[in-house]
Amino acid sequence: MNAPVVPVPAAGVQAVRSTKAGTRRRWTPYLLLLPGLLWLGIFFIIPLASLLMQSLQTPVPNGLAGQFQQTWRFQNYIDTLSQPNFYNAMIRSFTYSFIATVLALLIAYPLAYAIALRAGRAKPLLLVLVVAPFFVSFILRTIAWKQVLGAEGPVVSTLQALHLVQQNFTIYPSSAAVIAGLTYNFLPFMTLPIFASLDRLDTRLVEAANDLYAGNLVAFRKVTLPLTMPGVVAGTLLTFIPASGDYINSELLGGSVNTTMIGKVIDSRFLVLSDYPAASVLSFTLMSIILAAVWLYVRKAGTEELV
Amino acid sequence: MARQEMDSQVSALRSMMSRRGFFGAAGAVGAASVLAACGTGGGSANPSASFPADTSAADKLVRWANWTLYLDVDKGKYPTLETFKKQTGINVDYREDVDDNNSFWGKVNGQLRTRKDIGYDIVTLTDWMANRMIQYGYTQPLDAAKVPNKSNILTALANVAFDPGRQRTLTWQSGFAGLVWNKEKLPKGLKTIDDLWQPALKGKVTVLSEMRDTVGCLLLSQGVDITKPISDAQFATALELLSKQLSSGQIYKVQGNQYKNDLINGTAWAGILWSGDIFQLNAENGDKWGFALPESGGTLWSDNMMIPSTSSHQTDAMKLMNYYYEPAVAAKVAAYVNYICPVQGAQAEMEKIDPKLAASEFIFPSADTLARAKTFVGLEAAQETSFNDQWLTAIGQ
Repeated sequence: MNAPVVPVPAAGVQAVRSTKAGTRRRWTPYLLLLPGLLWLGIFFIIPLASLLMQSLQTPVPNGLAGQFQQTWRFQNYIDTLSQPNFYNAMIRSFTYSFIATVLALLIAYPLAYAIALRAGRAKPLLLVLVVAPFFVSFILRTIAWKQVLGAEGPVVSTLQALHLVQQNFTIYPSSAAVIAGLTYNFLPFMTLPIFASLDRLDTRLVEAANDLYAGNLVAFRKVTLPLTMPGVVAGTLLTFIPASGDYINSELLGGSVNTTMIGKVIDSRFLVLSDYPAASVLSFTLMSIILAAVWLYVRKAGTEELV
Repeated sequence: MARQEMDSQVSALRSMMSRRGFFGAAGAVGAASVLAACGTGGGSANPSASFPADTSAADKLVRWANWTLYLDVDKGKYPTLETFKKQTGINVDYREDVDDNNSFWGKVNGQLRTRKDIGYDIVTLTDWMANRMIQYGYTQPLDAAKVPNKSNILTALANVAFDPGRQRTLTWQSGFAGLVWNKEKLPKGLKTIDDLWQPALKGKVTVLSEMRDTVGCLLLSQGVDITKPISDAQFATALELLSKQLSSGQIYKVQGNQYKNDLINGTAWAGILWSGDIFQLNAENGDKWGFALPESGGTLWSDNMMIPSTSSHQTDAMKLMNYYYEPAVAAKVAAYVNYICPVQGAQAEMEKIDPKLAASEFIFPSADTLARAKTFVGLEAAQETSFNDQWLTAIGQ
């Protein structure tokens, strides 16, 4: 081996050059991160800080509606969160979105499994069908559900014709209708990540498990499911988080008093009442709870291969 | 079946686009206005001390913010506006920028407070928001000499509580809130608010999410004159009635004009709802629903044109208002929008356009009907906040 002979006098120059290169190398990742960090700073951190500050404001004495001053009043949190209307709506939101997430998972997993592993040439078509609802506005689709679940709609009429329910039976408006709407609306967000991990699944591993005397069920439990967990985690997050804050479904498919979700409360307090501090308290609390729940969940489920 | 689905889709679209389609507001504009509303600092409460100098003669421009589907339109142009432009040489920048009173307020109130041009010379807002605009000093007075047609206004609208004598506002269109029922299910119809609480209607009643219309009708049924200041006790009594009917399940929902779907699909059989929507629904679905003001009276709401305090095109704006108070022009607008036409003499002009519409109680109500329709009193800021808070709490928000 001919090691390159480094002339002694040049060593100093080289050292300088390498320090420069080192500096550049050290800064490159940050420079590359800059656009993302700026984005995060301008559109997330600053609004978040302003939301937090707003939640600690009080009305200007003798001021107009919607005029508040910064008084750092932490009591706002206790005052707001102790109102039954508010905490009930908050609990209801999490309950609804939890049930909807579980239902969506139960529907989406077999669906994604069938598309990824059993559909053959129909795979692309079926995938398009999963995404197809996105071509119609979210609100219009939910309004269509009102017609489907309405008193003279197909679901209730069929059940009545089969004498399964009483004549005055209704589905809309009810909690069940809201949860059905949430499940339906967020189903694609659950299906797609699970499909992605199932599609990448090396089926030879399942065959190997079968060869080693694992039944189909055991092979699924020990091989397929663990390998597709990243898809499940991503799907549940993509469903649970937006579903908790959603209020279109509860507004359209629910009644008024017993199905209100927290998003609607925040909207009303902000726009109708111009009670910005209370609305900010609720937003900030909602976000903190979601963040904590997601953190616990991700820690438990692991994120190593999260898509 | 398919036909029915189509209808429901169309009506869904319509309810999103129509004048009171509040989801557009809550969803799309909401986000923007929320940002705009963020600046909530101090500032003077009375910016009306002086108004910008009138530059009408030089600019020849009126910028007008109105609700959607609220002016006669033909192939993307507004025929009555085109005529006005030709007659006066004044350019009109007509924008359907008002989706919702609250979100519009959120959008402009910061600039009005700091006296920066909000970009409109006429804004069209509902009574209670007009009241707020006046109370906060955000409107400019109308010069009676420049709006001579002002005297054409319907007597019932001339002396509203929030602006007696129409010094600062002029009605654009009006409508009623009253009793609506499905004629098949209720062949006898409804006459009083109490009729809504009959056992046969359990879970079939819906009322409006517009506080003044629902509470207004309830107050009237309890013998309260809603054109006069309302006491806290009176308001509480009306809300008690509402809460009772909500918790017993008699009223299944409090909602905005998405109730149209519920009427069509048979979920709602009756309620306290808006006349203008029922007119449209009957036109689209056969004459299926009845509308009447309760015997104790219903509410009359209006959207009002006014000149914001930051406008410098006062004279041109008033010329435009005056133009739309010519009976012939008002009739043309009414023939398209089908709300209550606020201009006297328009009915005679309508005879020439469409005699059927001229006979419509929805567009030209009789004096008898108008006498039973009341406009909700203008609330003081503190009382408005308190009433809204109690109302939202009662309906679970």
